[in-house]
Amino acid sequence: MSLAAAPHRELGLTDAEFDGICERMGREPNALELAVFSLMWSEHCAYKHSKKLLRLLPTEGPHILMGPGENAGVVDVGDGLAAAFKVESHNHPSAVEPFQGAATGVGGILRDIFAVGARPVAVLDSLRFGELDSPRSRYLFDWAVKGIGHYGNSIGVPTVGGEVYFEPAYEQNCLVNAMCVGLARRERLIRSAAAGVGNQLVLLGARTGRDGIGGASVLASAELAEDDQTKRPTVQIGDPFEESKLVEVCLELLERDLLASLQDLGAAGLSSSSSEMASKGEVGLDIDVSRVPLREADMEPFEIMISESQERMLCVVEPERLDDVLGLCERWDVRATVIGEVTDTQHLRVFDGDELVGDMPVDALVDDVPLYDLEPEEPSEPIYPDPPARLEEHAPAADTLLALIGSPNIASKRFVFEQYDPIVGSRTIRRPQSADAAVLVLEHDGGSGALAVSIDGNGRRVACDPYTGAVEAVLECARNLACVGAEPLGLTNCLNFGNPEKPHIAWQLTRAVEGLRDACLALGVPVVGGNVSLYNEGGGGPIYPTPVVGMVGKLPEPAAVPRVGFAEEGHAIALVGMFEPALEGSELEKLRGRLASSLPPLDLPAHADALVRVRAAVRSGELPTAHDISDGGLACALAECCIEGGLGARVSVDGDDASLFGEGPGGVLVAGPREVVEALEGAIVLGEVGGGALDIEGSLSVPVEELRAVYEGVLPAAFAA
Amino acid sequence: MRFGVVRFPGSCDEVDALMACRRFADAELLWHGDRELDGIDAVVVPGGFSYGDYLRVGAIARFSPLMESVIEFAHEGGPVLGICNGFQVLCEAGLLPGALLPNDSLRFVCRQVEVIVENPDTPFTRACAVGDRLSIPVKHTTGRYYAPPGTLPDDQVVLRYAPGDNPNGSMDDVAGVCSEGGNVMGLMPHPEHAVDLLTGSADGGRLFESLAMVPA
Amino acid sequence: MRARVLIRPKDGILDPQGQAVERALPALGFDGVANVHVGRLIELDVEDASQVPQMCERLLANPLIEDYEVVELTGEAA
Repeated sequence: MSLAAAPHRELGLTDAEFDGICERMGREPNALELAVFSLMWSEHCAYKHSKKLLRLLPTEGPHILMGPGENAGVVDVGDGLAAAFKVESHNHPSAVEPFQGAATGVGGILRDIFAVGARPVAVLDSLRFGELDSPRSRYLFDWAVKGIGHYGNSIGVPTVGGEVYFEPAYEQNCLVNAMCVGLARRERLIRSAAAGVGNQLVLLGARTGRDGIGGASVLASAELAEDDQTKRPTVQIGDPFEESKLVEVCLELLERDLLASLQDLGAAGLSSSSSEMASKGEVGLDIDVSRVPLREADMEPFEIMISESQERMLCVVEPERLDDVLGLCERWDVRATVIGEVTDTQHLRVFDGDELVGDMPVDALVDDVPLYDLEPEEPSEPIYPDPPARLEEHAPAADTLLALIGSPNIASKRFVFEQYDPIVGSRTIRRPQSADAAVLVLEHDGGSGALAVSIDGNGRRVACDPYTGAVEAVLECARNLACVGAEPLGLTNCLNFGNPEKPHIAWQLTRAVEGLRDACLALGVPVVGGNVSLYNEGGGGPIYPTPVVGMVGKLPEPAAVPRVGFAEEGHAIALVGMFEPALEGSELEKLRGRLASSLPPLDLPAHADALVRVRAAVRSGELPTAHDISDGGLACALAECCIEGGLGARVSVDGDDASLFGEGPGGVLVAGPREVVEALEGAIVLGEVGGGALDIEGSLSVPVEELRAVYEGVLPAAFAA
Repeated sequence: MRFGVVRFPGSCDEVDALMACRRFADAELLWHGDRELDGIDAVVVPGGFSYGDYLRVGAIARFSPLMESVIEFAHEGGPVLGICNGFQVLCEAGLLPGALLPNDSLRFVCRQVEVIVENPDTPFTRACAVGDRLSIPVKHTTGRYYAPPGTLPDDQVVLRYAPGDNPNGSMDDVAGVCSEGGNVMGLMPHPEHAVDLLTGSADGGRLFESLAMVPA
Repeated sequence: MRARVLIRPKDGILDPQGQAVERALPALGFDGVANVHVGRLIELDVEDASQVPQMCERLLANPLIEDYEVVELTGEAA
């Protein structure tokens, strides 16, 4: 047989990997077994190139109830309540079919949350596309937003926050990362380890079709080629209505203590869910594919095992509870079918009726997968081209400010968030753009205080300096939480990078993870779980290295939470925290056509202390306004406070570019009654709220309504008919 | 007063409606498959995506066993409030004139809007005065109200979007209508999400307050 | 036998979906396109074709805002 025709290569396995499979099996795998291995050993499922590196991340903390390894991370939020959360990517499917790709990304992350027994209560999304003047990027952006809205709105889980960025580096490889937060009573949490020899394996939810066949290995472990038409048939289609029934039935099954374990079906479908359940429980599983309800006739056993049809869950049920489980599912109109049982063989055995069609040792599928060391090498030359210049070097400060708030990365995302429902559930007390983090009260769930959630990523700055950029992403997320008075309880991350087999990408990934680790340690925030998406590159080069960080925090007093907008004429405005602005990696530098090759180093312990002070100041409840300084620097942050509040400001700030528009972690603007602001430790008073313009003495004076028109007009103009 | 809030497969805002009702009176959830309305003095048909909006918004929900009882309850003069998807269901059921069409923007829109009370003489608006402005959020893809010419008398327009606030192209800025008998009302905005200053405005509470005043 | 029901928005009612398609086609290089309307298609196997119009009146269409057309497909049920 010619090597070029070897089926394992078609499925994305190397020759060495194929030999490894044969060794673990003690024989060559048959076609079904090969298909299952090709998915279980794909980068997407096995994290071959990242698992060793991820062990660097700190995962312990006083509030952790479930750490990495389960379907979602869970933290204790007091009063007997727990919050489950996680972020995941759906990048490659979204580049092929953005509506369904983004929709099923939301569906998938929702399932990870109710798989641990938590009711999903919030969704956030982090999106990155090419520049808005590219019709293809506009198309992907438009339909990804519609897809997220479609799924989240239909299932009744509010989409409470997110971010969108546009950079040339994402033109061929867009990023769609979806985060979900859920709530559960602590005693209702459930794990996914299958247990109890003789217990029944029950499949819940939608019928199984050919969705996503070949999806995981074909899409997620290889770079996208020019022509993606061939990938079209493998896109999964989501049904939020089916999932809404699935959420309710699963939560009620858990409420009545009817399940031994629960797992969602995601990438690689039945193969991965069943083998992961078996692996955690150190048991075996027998599955009879002839019992799986099918949507299409004549599906082969291997297709049934690897199908990625959406809206399905797997649970393990003790035989004496089976009737109750099936009865409850019928009431909720959710399909429930016994498809197998737990054994002590420690093998995943696949039957088609009575015929054994596949027999694989569980540890070969899950634990004993080859892991690769990265071979990082700092690049000697820039990886990315300079962005095109869009702003002349010495434009007056007012023009520069308008160009910045008029750039899609900074401009209002109202066009996006008005397509989402952030209020269903009645928990949301800060809607998108009104505060730096979403805030959800816990009283309706028997808790006290509120949760704050934010999702923040950084591509361009990490491209300038992977270590410092990654540290900044964590600091930014924590700062957004501090601006609403929340203390972070845990962090989830999605690492979006190019091809890790290339030394310069391996270097980006390694330095970024080291940055994440150091920032988490300095802040005392553990990583509770996350996701890795590699091979995000095409003919035009790799994406910017993009770690996306999601954090959940708690605050005690919802009524005291500040807003971004200035509240009252006469309030004093001050800068607090630790702000050392520089132009490297800034949006201004991007507009001027430059991409820096490093970022100024940070004093992490000092930043950690500064965050604590900011949080304490906000918790005092006496500051109606708090807004972190990020893209576009101080002047843009001031402009945003003016626009949101409908009030001008008169401030005095150094007039050089770095002071006005420089970026860097650690700076927060606050405003409030003068005596309160002046009493804040380390506060630098800049001026006061008043008038109808943003007036930066000696630099610029722009009417608030002009700022608003530019800020709010960018995205709608890009989509005007 | 005891409110009954209907729950269909795919309802999203039923618990929000339940919590809003409970601020003013007793309330319970009603399962779509049951027929009983015993002890219920007012019915609320909530927002969401009942039956996935399959076929047409509200088209399938209106045939559920519970809706048969609700239609009878309405014909006997019982107060019925339809919110968003609920409004769509009541139009499909023939309890309200007109129909809801896709927003002219063809996009889902969630936004705080102001509506003006046009008719304070309904069980739903008795706590209001004509011309009162209520700040209430909308969130829908299919909220453009349409009624064939001559089928919607002026006094059946209960709420209109304030000038400039029409989020979906509704004919004549109509935001909420009532039946000829006045005991059935539908509106696209979500009053149950405007009952607590902490989450936004509390203006929506006036509709529940009005209903709670209806003699049981 | 198999019936096909075509449902379209009534004339005179704003059809933004139709308008959006009408605007998108020239952008792709297709000229001379006008009067676009977007509707729905339902296909079903029925024993008694004469019941289909009633099905349309009661469930499949909303006669207030939609027109429907029933086409009998010749041949066996699918």
